[in-house]
Amino acid sequence: MSDPILEVRDLVKHFPVRMGVVFKRTVGHVRAVDGVSFDLARAETLGVVGESGCGKSTLAQVLMRLEPATAGAVRFEGQEVLDLKGAALRKLRRDIQIVLQDPYTSLNPRMTVGDIVGEPFEIHAEVAPKGDRRKRVQDLLDVVGLNPEHINRYPHQFSGGQRQRIGIARALALRPKVIICDEPVSALDVSIQAQVMNLLGELQQEFGLSYVFIAHDLSVVRHLSDRVAVMYLGKIVEIGTEAELYEHPTHPYTQALLSAVPVPDPDLRGQRQIIRLEGDVPSPVDPPSGCRFRTRCWKAQEVCATEEPELITRVGGHPSACHFAEERSVVP
Amino acid sequence: MTDPSTAASGAAVSASEFVTGAEHVQTKPGKPRSLASDAWYDLRRRPRFIISAALILLVLLMAAWPSLFTSVDPNYADLDRSRLGPSAQAWFGYDNQGADIFARTIYGARASIVVGISATVFTVLLGGTLGLLAGYHGGWVDAVMSRVADIFFGLPFVLGAIVILSSFRATGGSSATEITLLVILSISVLSWPACMRITRAAAITAKQQDYVKAARALGASTSRIILRHLLPNILAPVLVYATIALGGFIGAEATLSFLGIGLHAPVVSWGVMIADSRDFLRIAPHTLLFPAAFLTATVLAFVMLGDAVREALDPKTR
Repeated sequence: MSDPILEVRDLVKHFPVRMGVVFKRTVGHVRAVDGVSFDLARAETLGVVGESGCGKSTLAQVLMRLEPATAGAVRFEGQEVLDLKGAALRKLRRDIQIVLQDPYTSLNPRMTVGDIVGEPFEIHAEVAPKGDRRKRVQDLLDVVGLNPEHINRYPHQFSGGQRQRIGIARALALRPKVIICDEPVSALDVSIQAQVMNLLGELQQEFGLSYVFIAHDLSVVRHLSDRVAVMYLGKIVEIGTEAELYEHPTHPYTQALLSAVPVPDPDLRGQRQIIRLEGDVPSPVDPPSGCRFRTRCWKAQEVCATEEPELITRVGGHPSACHFAEERSVVP
Repeated sequence: MTDPSTAASGAAVSASEFVTGAEHVQTKPGKPRSLASDAWYDLRRRPRFIISAALILLVLLMAAWPSLFTSVDPNYADLDRSRLGPSAQAWFGYDNQGADIFARTIYGARASIVVGISATVFTVLLGGTLGLLAGYHGGWVDAVMSRVADIFFGLPFVLGAIVILSSFRATGGSSATEITLLVILSISVLSWPACMRITRAAAITAKQQDYVKAARALGASTSRIILRHLLPNILAPVLVYATIALGGFIGAEATLSFLGIGLHAPVVSWGVMIADSRDFLRIAPHTLLFPAAFLTATVLAFVMLGDAVREALDPKTR
C-alpha cells in the first residue's frame, strides 16, 4: 500500500470520569479509544465495525478534531493533524469532512437547504465567490440526487433518506479528500440504506474520495468497503481486506460477529454454526488485563490474561490480535 | 419494490407533496430565501399579526404624541366633578380628584409603555446573553453564573425593589425620568434570572444537536455557531417569556407606584391610575375599568405579536 492519505498511529482517547459537586476529582478514565492504528489509502473505503460502545464514534470525533485526542498521531497526506490550530485547522476542514448518523438532528431545522449546504462556502469564503455559491449549492443537490429547485425548502419537508443526502451534499461542498461516515445509514430504512450507500459509492468514483465508514452492520460495511477493521473495547482486533475478513476471519470476536449475520437463504438455515458469546462487554473504565476479549472468549487461556496480543499477522494474510488466531469459515 | 440501485441513480427524489404557502407565490423564481424573509412573508399574511401590530402602533403613538388624541390637561382636577361617570364631555368620566380619565389614560400610556418595553428589553438582553453563554460554555462559567442567578432569584421581588428604589432615591434627585429609570433597572435586575434559566436550558439542548457538531466540523467559529445555530433555535421560548413578562412588568410598575416608591404624581401611568382607583371600585368602577382595559389590550397585543412571530420563525408551523 503506497502513499496512504490518512495514517493513524496509536490513537488514544480517554474521557475522565469525575466525581464531586464543586471540586471535581478524577476517579478513572473511560478508555473509549485505546491505541488504534490504521492506514487509509487514496480512493479506498475502510469499514470500521463493532458493537455499541466500542469507540467507533469517538474515533470519528477524534479524527475530525471535534474531541481532543489523549495521545497518538494522525497524519493527513504526511502532515500531523492533531496539533493544527487556527488557519491550518480551517484548511484541514476542507480536506476531511464528516457525515453524521442521525439525519433528523444533523440539519438545523431553521435553515433552508440552500443555507445548510451553502454554509461551508460562507465559512470558507475563499472556495467560492459569493455570486457563484447558489449555483454550486444547486449543483451539489443535483449530485446527491435531490431536486435543485428545492433549495428554499426546510429540512422537515424532506424524508429521512433525502435529509441524509442533504448531509452528504454539505460534506461534499468543500471537495474533501476524506469523508468520515459515522453510521450514515443506521437511522434509515433498509431500502433507503441501499440508496444512500450506492450514492456514496458513486460519489467515491466520481470524486476519488476516501471513506472511513463506521457502522455496526456487517453486511452494510461489506457492501461498500475495500478493507474492514473490527473494533472491540477501544481496540482494533482484526483488520484486513473485505474478502480476507469475511471469508477467512481469524479472531474469535470477528467469527462470533459474522456468525450472527442473518443469512437470507432458508436452505442454509440450521446448517451453520452460531457462536453465542456469553456475558456483556466489560466496562471501558476498567478493561480486562491482557486480551480485552478474554472474558467472553471460548479459547481464553492463562497467557491471554497476562500478555496483550499484538495486532500482527499470525495465520492467513492479515493482522489479528489473538494469541490463538486460526482461520474458521463461519459464513457459508 | 423499486430496485434500490436504479432508485439511487435516478436524480430527483420527489418531495412535491410538501409545498409551503410561500412557495406557491414565489416572488421571483430562483431568488434565494432565508428564514427571516420567509418569516416576514408569512407574517404579513397573518391576521393576528396585523391586528396586534396595529394595536401596538396605536399605543406607541399615544405614548409618543398624546396631544394627538386629547387636548385636555391630564392633571387638571376639579373636585366638583369627582367620580362622575362617562359623558359627552369626558368619554371615560372623571376620577376621584375630578381629573379627566380619558386624558389620563392617553397620557398614562407613555410611562407604562416605556417601563414595560425597556424592562423587558433589558431583562431579555441581560438574561438572554448570560444564559446563552452559560449554556454554551458550561463548566465553571455556567456554575458561577447560575449561582449568581440563584442569589437574585432568591430575593423577593417587592422587597428587592423597595431596597433598590429607596436606597438610590435618597442619593440622587427624584425627577420623573430618574424614577422611571430606577423602576426599569430594579425590575430588570430582579427579573433576569428567570430569562437566563430559560435561555440556558434552551442553549444546552440546542448545542448538543448534531447540526452544531456538523458546523464545528466545517470550521465554524464560536460566534457563528451561537448566532446562526443556537440563537434561532432558542428564540421561541424567550419570545414567549418576553411577551408574558411585558404585561407583568407593567403590573409591577403599578405595584411599586401603589407602594409609594415608584412613579407618582404628576407622572401619570396606567399603574398609578389602577392603584388610585382601588378604594372606589364599587361606587365608581369606571375609574378602574378604562386604564385596566387599555393595559389588558396592550399586553394582549404584545402576547399575540410574540406568538405570531414565534410561529413565523418556526418553519414547521407554517
